[in-house]
Amino acid sequence: MPENLVPLSEERIAYLEGLVSQARMAAAVFSQCTQEDVDRIVKPMVLAGLENAQYLARLAVEETRIGVLEDKALKNMVATEFVYNYVRNKRTVGVIAEYPERGLIELAEPIGVIFSLTPITNPTSTVLFKCIMAIKTRNAVIFSPHPSSWRCCSEAVRIMYETAVKQGAPEGVFTCLESHTLQDNAYLMHHKDVGLIDATGGPGAVKAAYSSGKPALGVGPGNTPVYLEKTADLDMAVVDIITSKTFDNGTICASEQTVVIDDEIYDRVLKKFADLGTHICNAKETALLGRTVIDPATGFMQPMAVGQKAVDIARFAGISVKPNTKLLIAPIKGVGREFPLSVEKLFPVLAVYRAMSAEEALKICVDVNRAGGLGHTAVVFSKNEAIIRKFGEVINAGRIIVNSPGSIGALGGVYNDMVPTFSFGCGTGGGNSTTDNINVYHYLNIKRMARRTPAHMWFRVPNQIYFNMNAVENLRNCPSRSTVIISNPALEQIGHVDVVRRSLPPHTQVRVSIIPDAEPDIKIIAQGVETLNFYKADQIIALGGGSVIDAAKIMKLKYESPEADLEELAAPFLDIRKRVVQYPTEKVNHSRLIAISTTSGTGSEVTPFAVMTNKERGIKVTLADYSLTPDVAIVDPQFVMSMPKGLTADTGIDCLTHALEAGVSIYASAFTDSNAMQAIRLVFKYLPEAYENPGDEEARTMMHNAACIAGIAFSNASVGVNHALAHAFGARFHVAHGRANALMLPHVIAYNASVPTKFMPSPNTRAYVAHKKYAVIADLLGLGGHTVEEKVTKLVRATEQLLDRLGVPRSIADLGISKEEFERAMPDLTKNAFDDPSWRSNPRMPLISELAELYWSAYRGRSAAGDEPPVASRPVKEEVCV
Amino acid sequence: MTTAIAPVCFAIDSERVAEALQAIAAQLGSADGEVTLDFSSVTRIDSSALRALDVVARTADEKSIKIMLRGVNLDIYRVLKLATLARRFSLVN
Repeated sequence: MPENLVPLSEERIAYLEGLVSQARMAAAVFSQCTQEDVDRIVKPMVLAGLENAQYLARLAVEETRIGVLEDKALKNMVATEFVYNYVRNKRTVGVIAEYPERGLIELAEPIGVIFSLTPITNPTSTVLFKCIMAIKTRNAVIFSPHPSSWRCCSEAVRIMYETAVKQGAPEGVFTCLESHTLQDNAYLMHHKDVGLIDATGGPGAVKAAYSSGKPALGVGPGNTPVYLEKTADLDMAVVDIITSKTFDNGTICASEQTVVIDDEIYDRVLKKFADLGTHICNAKETALLGRTVIDPATGFMQPMAVGQKAVDIARFAGISVKPNTKLLIAPIKGVGREFPLSVEKLFPVLAVYRAMSAEEALKICVDVNRAGGLGHTAVVFSKNEAIIRKFGEVINAGRIIVNSPGSIGALGGVYNDMVPTFSFGCGTGGGNSTTDNINVYHYLNIKRMARRTPAHMWFRVPNQIYFNMNAVENLRNCPSRSTVIISNPALEQIGHVDVVRRSLPPHTQVRVSIIPDAEPDIKIIAQGVETLNFYKADQIIALGGGSVIDAAKIMKLKYESPEADLEELAAPFLDIRKRVVQYPTEKVNHSRLIAISTTSGTGSEVTPFAVMTNKERGIKVTLADYSLTPDVAIVDPQFVMSMPKGLTADTGIDCLTHALEAGVSIYASAFTDSNAMQAIRLVFKYLPEAYENPGDEEARTMMHNAACIAGIAFSNASVGVNHALAHAFGARFHVAHGRANALMLPHVIAYNASVPTKFMPSPNTRAYVAHKKYAVIADLLGLGGHTVEEKVTKLVRATEQLLDRLGVPRSIADLGISKEEFERAMPDLTKNAFDDPSWRSNPRMPLISELAELYWSAYRGRSAAGDEPPVASRPVKEEVCV
Repeated sequence: MTTAIAPVCFAIDSERVAEALQAIAAQLGSADGEVTLDFSSVTRIDSSALRALDVVARTADEKSIKIMLRGVNLDIYRVLKLATLARRFSLVN
């Protein structure tokens, strides 16, 4: 309880505790009710409210001396009938909504005990409304009415309570505080068993509710600006404003406060108001009125004016008006303390402002909105859609009412399709947590049951793949007006470029662009794009290894979409389907990309990836998007028959790494597994042959196919941490990609086969299976072993033996990199490896410290024949993996 | 330990549960030790029954009697938790 309040007596505390206990028990019992139970209770309550609408209205007017009996009766009817119409078919118990396509179910959980403050201005209607909401949602409510409306509110609570209990609601579901004090309210607001405070009332009540630390719906004052724009239907607007502002003598906090009128229609509008029983004040009367109804000390309205008739207010102010005057209009020249009538006035006094332009009108509306009305309600009358939209943009109000009355419009369900309410959320502008019309859903904790939804998978490959010896002849089926062949000097020199040129259909205009045999950087890309533009290429043939094909992919991207920002497209992402940066779809040029690989490793001829080196920053940038995938892949072994031994080894291991990583990726599927497994089998069988007997056509063909097949696998399942490590290491120490992969590979297999420190979140995988898949691979290779652990060990060993046979260095140290140099590089290596998107599909989520451990393992090197293979950490035991 | 009133089996009718509990509360004065109330047939509970349970718990506290509720089903258990009554009893299967 706030310290500045006098402590409550023991008797009073016992009384309040009794109320809470009773409500808590009622809420507990109520939790057993079904939807049918509550619906059965609600309907008779609504009927009881309707039957007693006039009776309760009369009680309210007699007790509060505020408002109009007939209007209060109408409000009671809206609070029951209209609210019921909204809630009658709403599910508020158990499952309230199901979204099978999203795997989501929403369930209702009652709040329990709600402590509810009700206002003097709309006393009984607010009680009726809140009782219906509470029963519909199985909550118990302790009411604390405004002291000057206790009798009518407690009678409304009694009627609702007796009807509800008669229909099966639990005893004690509603109670009403007797003659309460601020201390009582404070005590209940802080009570541990009160789940929610619903405070409808003045700023003090709302502030107290929000200050209590409890979840609260605090709905307070407004200051509704109205823009009456020159295109509006003036007759309708004037009638609507009078109807709204005089409804219950202006006690609804959404009612109009200041009408800003365009200069062109100002005089006509005021005449229409005057013709319909409105008194237009002159300057002297406006000043008198301001001094009378607004407290000069606080700048707020005088309570004695709230809900009074226009004629009575005029009399208080000493203004002479006709007996049937229903509204007083006071022209003002601005907004703020110098213009007292620019604030909220819950009585039939309306300020008007003459605006010389739409711009000025909107600015004045913003001023009114910000003078106590933020988040509440605003009204615009116009036929100009642009003005209406602009009004909506510049005004901060939860309810922006268009061409209809503010107060009755904001209540919802009468003039529009907003949710019927007697509590207006005012958003953060009004210190509230919502801008909604408060309704049954605010009286519920909505639980969302989310079922596991496996992400959609894909299997995407180039439109056409031609393979086996002389597959290049299929170029004859690729007509083109202007073809640019991109290749490197060595391939041109040995005649491969000519082979391609000769294979094209006759009369094809062919140009050759020779680029350096190195990973492309931005300058090479730019030059290539210039060439494509110059010759208006409609076909690009990339003849080369990964570097040339990657360069051609990026050139095509920039040629077709010159605005593409490569730096931006390389932005990191976690899931390719949810990436922030999208690849361009609008193209200024169109071309076919044919990739002819001259190495057996990268698989670039079928992949959606391209790697660029940023030499200045010493890192590799990986671009990934299916739009990068070549349209046609040609896998012709004639182009690899002369591949040097070192390149054969490095690219072959790159291919193996692709297949092994795709095999255990979290995106692996039956579609990719078949390719990964086949590629692994081919590599182990044919790579040594291709390496040792370069002229072995079968071995070369199979390795060339293996690289393409592995490319297909990792295009759709991606790679893993091995590639992340290799990218960072290769860029830093200028080590060929395949060799960098080879240095990491045995260590990464052991690492992935051990118990992860962190699992990789993945809806597609039901268990950690990397070690089992390695065991399957070991079986596929016929390596033997009885347990998963043994099979993994044998796979690691077989990989090491393969690397040895290919003459791959055993360690990073063997490359001549000193320990000190490697240590200095480690922070950058681990940072860049962690930033690399490749590991996002690794089965095990690498910690940065683990990346460092893997680097150091690779630095120390793999075991020699006969040694124990590397084990990064404790191997997974079969029984712990379900 | 003496079991003065055990087990009492309540019917599913919540009104009868309340009546039975009120009777239990009245008899607790003469009991000592442990009392087991069999809730295995209770599927729904009303306000009177909850209030009666509250009285039973209070009386038992005063007399230092341990009250055990046997066979409370999940729905009733949840109601007892919401009413903050569950902690005042020992719940046994």
